[in-house]
Amino acid sequence: MSTIKNLSRRSFVKSVGLASGGLILACNTSIFSDNNEEKNNVYFNPNLFVQLNSDGNLILIASRSEMGNGVRTSLTSIIADEMEADWNKVTVKQATGDTKYGDQNTDGSRSVRYLYDTMREMGATAKAMLILAAAKKWQVSPEECSAKNHFIIHSSGKKIAFGDLVTIAKTIKVPTEIKLKPTQNFNYIGKYLRSVDAEDYVNGTAIFGLDKRIDNMKFVAIARCPVTFGAVKSFDKSAALKITGVEDVIEIPRIEKPFGSLGGVAVIATNTWAAFKGKEALKITWNYGENKAYNSDEYMKQITQNVHKQGKVVKDHGNVNNAFKNAYKTTESTFQLPHLVHAPMEVPNAVAWVQEDSCEVWAPTQAPQTTRKDIVSYLQTTEDKVTVNVTFLGGGFGRKSKPDYVLEAVIVSQKIKAPVQVVWTREDDIKHSYYHTTSAQYLKGAIDEKGNVVGWLHRFALPSIVSTFQSGVDYAAGFEISSASNIPFDIDNMKVEVGKAPAHVRIGWLRSVINIPHGFSVNVFADELAYLAKKDPLEFRLNLIGKDRIEDTKNPIKYNTARLKNVLRIAAKNAQWGKELPEGHAYGLAVQHSFYTYVASIVEVSLENEKVKVHNIYTAIDCGTVINKNTVIAQMEGAAVFGMSLAYYGKITAKNGAIEQNNYHDYKMIRMNNAPKVHVEIVDSTENPTGVGEPGVPVIAPAIVNALFKITGKRYYNLPLSEYNLV
Amino acid sequence: MVTLYINGKKHTIDADPEMPLLWAIRDIIGLTGTKYGCGKGLCGSCKVLLDGSPVQSCILPISSVEGKQITTIEGSSKNLDLLKEAWVELNVPQCGFCQPGQLIAAAALLDTNDTPTDEDINEAMVGNICRCGTYQRIKNAIHKTVELKKQR
Ligand code: FES
Ligand code: FES
Repeated sequence: MSTIKNLSRRSFVKSVGLASGGLILACNTSIFSDNNEEKNNVYFNPNLFVQLNSDGNLILIASRSEMGNGVRTSLTSIIADEMEADWNKVTVKQATGDTKYGDQNTDGSRSVRYLYDTMREMGATAKAMLILAAAKKWQVSPEECSAKNHFIIHSSGKKIAFGDLVTIAKTIKVPTEIKLKPTQNFNYIGKYLRSVDAEDYVNGTAIFGLDKRIDNMKFVAIARCPVTFGAVKSFDKSAALKITGVEDVIEIPRIEKPFGSLGGVAVIATNTWAAFKGKEALKITWNYGENKAYNSDEYMKQITQNVHKQGKVVKDHGNVNNAFKNAYKTTESTFQLPHLVHAPMEVPNAVAWVQEDSCEVWAPTQAPQTTRKDIVSYLQTTEDKVTVNVTFLGGGFGRKSKPDYVLEAVIVSQKIKAPVQVVWTREDDIKHSYYHTTSAQYLKGAIDEKGNVVGWLHRFALPSIVSTFQSGVDYAAGFEISSASNIPFDIDNMKVEVGKAPAHVRIGWLRSVINIPHGFSVNVFADELAYLAKKDPLEFRLNLIGKDRIEDTKNPIKYNTARLKNVLRIAAKNAQWGKELPEGHAYGLAVQHSFYTYVASIVEVSLENEKVKVHNIYTAIDCGTVINKNTVIAQMEGAAVFGMSLAYYGKITAKNGAIEQNNYHDYKMIRMNNAPKVHVEIVDSTENPTGVGEPGVPVIAPAIVNALFKITGKRYYNLPLSEYNLV
Repeated sequence: MVTLYINGKKHTIDADPEMPLLWAIRDIIGLTGTKYGCGKGLCGSCKVLLDGSPVQSCILPISSVEGKQITTIEGSSKNLDLLKEAWVELNVPQCGFCQPGQLIAAAALLDTNDTPTDEDINEAMVGNICRCGTYQRIKNAIHKTVELKKQR
């Protein structure tokens, strides 16, 4: 059990933004065994807080970032459930970026996965203390008391509100043994809860980073070199300074860190529009640097060559060469996928105010602690001097775990000695991101007379995310390999190789990361093998996954092929796989295990005037114990659209080192008229909760391509489909 | 000096007449519910009602809206209020950022069409991007609002 403490009388609760007065419990998710109370006072470093006030209001501190993932709602509901609290009396406060909250990075779809048990213990502890308080007040045995809907009730029928017990509860010693409630008694966990923030969103009162205002704040736009890591040679600011509202133009340095600023020329103005206009009016000559040679078309040819020859072997079991030699039939295919960009609806932005001896920022960030660390190092100060406030995030998708834009704001604020808000234009966002990798992949497969797959070779070359963190990285890293080498197929002869692919732009993770390219090639190629074997793709795939077994991976959670097959069967059942579809319609399927979660989707596609139309998507997900069904379903609906956007339009290209796309007209998104009907089924499970933010994405594009094959007889190995004039 | 009427209130501001309405609303008047998403009329995040019609405030200079009635997400109308209710009930928002623009576009639709079909909704909402992909719920919430209207 985690260490939970009663902090009601400690003054430092103010430092986390809770007013003193109520019953305050805190706990540390890392366990330490030292029982010496005095010593704990020094070392106890809590990272979860819950406060009950005498008016009955329950305040929770959310340590993770809200970006549409529903995390504030899910984490809160876990505590409230164990505590038997009334959902309507719960409010959530956003934590600042601080190591005292433990790991705050909101990515990798793991917030709930990491915090579930601790949150439950916290709620159960609070409940136990309220029961003890009531027993004390009534002079009865605690066994005769129970909690329900924000009241403690005695077996005689008398009851008292949680809030009225605060004064006594504050004096109660935190029980060391607590009992969690049986899962079948959950009130909120596993049910459909509305977002705690829904009203603020619809009233326009939710404060996103872009909405933060402080007195005397300047608005800043920054011109960055079109080529990654190029530098300012010289600039002429005279035209910019003539624009009404522009106050100053300064050069800012590049900070050579993974999330350091790119450097450039900053326009300081009294409003955003003047800053944007001033930026356009700048005349800058650049030193483009070596990435000027980057042409993504050329690059694709190179990495494609690299997968058409032997690469570095990263997995080899059985004997693939023999299998190919003795096979009944073989087939091979090459896949090419472009860079992608997150383009969250809210552009990168941050407010910073660097003063003599302190720095405070307000930013939509998925990684408040990294942000703080980078600021501390840039300002050469200490952590206690830097506060990172996390605002609402208008979408993140991985972009906002890379706080280069926050550092920019800090640099400008420090230089001009005023509070500033740095705002990226949409064009800046598209042109200066951390791009999802581009990839070339080659797959070769072999079947025997019965249609069983007997050989599988997968070669791929893609610039690695690790290249953003260290130089000289020209090959995919371990975590970029496992989604190809750990595929849950029961094949005797399997080989995986990686080819060379140096990076020429900043490579970063984007919603579902490496599972996009691997999920695409593996799911499309498996479908191709089904046709080679003249088998129904569903039956074929279930066979290919093979018998029920736990695949031994290096991860703490092993994957279970029975669960994988189960989601595929459920999706098929809901789609009524095999039924007669309207003329010209076809189903395609894909299934993927990522972020410890199992997802299968079946899409119904047709061609209307030679353009793709996705009618229905049947998704089944097994993510272990579900906290909030509403969130899971919403994430699957959203992932379907995200997956369709990348399948239809997603393509970032570079010419002479500069990104060619600009805004939503040439980096397009699925809109209402193309939105599918998404039907989601969640598998009932008591397994550990696993991620839901990302795993719905990778199945969509391959399922569409597989359906298109049925309609057109053609395989579309490259994305996006706009390249084939299909959208 | 330019005079703007926003949510029934008069604001006289000192700003470049060429300044897009979006930035006047956000940076000068200080109502931040109206969002910047693209600045080029491509995404609908910045939508407001101008004399009842939905417009993209990011490409509309303030000089062209003088004297006209502007409604932002912070404002109110029968349809807008009911839509907000349905939006909450169906838990439409994910990150929430695009939703003010979506709600404004939906309000404009219901102001001229009591019983929109799916096709009508597609047409009215096609100018609004939701990167989180909440389209299905938006559509359901618009239909739901029509139901709510019938009940009241
Ligand atoms: S910000 Fe106006 S349409 Fe996108
Ligand atoms: S809810 Fe996030 S962009 Fe629409």
